[in-house]
Amino acid sequence: MKITVASGKGGTGKTTIAVNLALSIENSMLIDCDVEGPNSHIFFKEPMVKLKDVSIPAPKFDLDTCTLCGKCAEFCQYNAISIIGEKLLFFEELCHGCGGCKIICPVNAITEVDHNVGLIEKGGTEDLPVYHGLLNISEPFGVPIINELKQFADGSKVTIFDSPPGTACPAVEAMRDVDFCILVTEPTPFGLHDLTLTIDVIRQIGTPFGVVVNRDGIGDDRVDRYCENEGIPLLAKIPNDMEVAKLYSQGIPMVTGLPKYRELFEEMFQKIREMV
Amino acid sequence: MKIAITAKGKELGSDIDPRFGRCGYFVIVDTDTMEFEAVINEGAMASGGAGPQAAQTVSKTGAKVLITGNVGPNAHHALEAAGIEIIAGSSGQVVDMVERYKKGELSSTTAPTVGSHAGMR
Repeated sequence: MKITVASGKGGTGKTTIAVNLALSIENSMLIDCDVEGPNSHIFFKEPMVKLKDVSIPAPKFDLDTCTLCGKCAEFCQYNAISIIGEKLLFFEELCHGCGGCKIICPVNAITEVDHNVGLIEKGGTEDLPVYHGLLNISEPFGVPIINELKQFADGSKVTIFDSPPGTACPAVEAMRDVDFCILVTEPTPFGLHDLTLTIDVIRQIGTPFGVVVNRDGIGDDRVDRYCENEGIPLLAKIPNDMEVAKLYSQGIPMVTGLPKYRELFEEMFQKIREMV
Repeated sequence: MKIAITAKGKELGSDIDPRFGRCGYFVIVDTDTMEFEAVINEGAMASGGAGPQAAQTVSKTGAKVLITGNVGPNAHHALEAAGIEIIAGSSGQVVDMVERYKKGELSSTTAPTVGSHAGMR
C-alpha cells in the first residue's frame, strides 16, 4: 500500500505525521519527496548514503544543421528556446526535459544529452528503509527526482511518501498514483484555507483522502465543521503537546519518546486500511 | 526608426510598465513620424521564460531600441542577441520617454538591472 502525507500549507506537520506513522506500523518504508528540503532523515540515526544520480534529457543543437525555422521555440511550453536575431538561444534552467523539441525538429538538428538535476540517497534500517531526493541548487524543477523516488516503493511494504508542500507540480506528482492521501492541517484560518486548495487539487487527481489535524487546540473548530459539511473523514487529531515539541527539538519522534501516541497512529492506519 | 516601450496600456499617453517580460503591452513608435501601434504581450502570464519570449516579440516588430523599467538576465541575454539597444530605469508616460529619447537624453544599459523572476513579485 502507498500512502502520501501532504498539505497545502508548509509547516503543518507533514514530516511529523509521515515519520511517526512509518514508525508505528509494521513493515513500512519512508520516501521523502520534498526534494527541495528533505528532513525526514533527521529523525533516524543512520546516515543517508548516495544511491544514484538523477538526470533529465537536455537538447543539444547542431547549429550547422539548424535552419532557424523556430518550430522548437514555438513548441516549447517553458520558453527555454528562443530564435532571435538569426541566433538560437537555449536557457537550460527553463528546460523541463520533455524531449518535444527533438521530436518536432524537421531537420534532426537536436540530440539529447544527460543534464544532472540531483540525486537520490538511502538511509534508515532494513526494517524501515528511508529514501530521499536532493535537487541541485539552482535547478528549478524537482518532479523528475520525485518520479524516480517513487520507483523505490517496495510492493511488499507499506510505503509512506512525505510530499513537498503546496499544490504545484511537485506536490501533484507526490499525490498521484498512490492508494491514499493524508492531508495534514492546523486548526487555524490559514490551515483551513490551504487545506481547501489542496482538496480542490486532490479531488481532480482522484486519490482517496482524509484529514489529520495537527496541533489540535491552538485555533478553532472550523476545520472540523468544514470536514463534516464536505463528508471528509477526519483521521486523527494530534494535540498541541509541549512534550511533543520538546522531543521534536531533540530529533526524537513522538511515538519513540511518548509511546502513548503510537496508539493514535495505529488507529489512523486502521481507518485508512478500512477505506482503501 | 522604430522603438518599443513597455506600457500598461495601448496609447502614447499610457504609463510605462516597469516590467519587461511581464508588461501588458509593447507600444511600438516610429520616431520619425510618431506613428505607433500597440502589441499585446502574450507571454505576460507565462509560467517561466517570459523575458526571452518578450524579447522575441519585440524582435519581430523590428524595433531597434527598447525602453523599459527593468530587464532580468535571460531577457538581457536575448535582447543582446537580437541586437536591440536597452534603455532601462524608465518611468512616466510612453510619449515622455519617446520625446526624451529623440532629444538624446537617454543612455543605454549594458547589464541586467534585476535578478531572475523580478517581474513575478
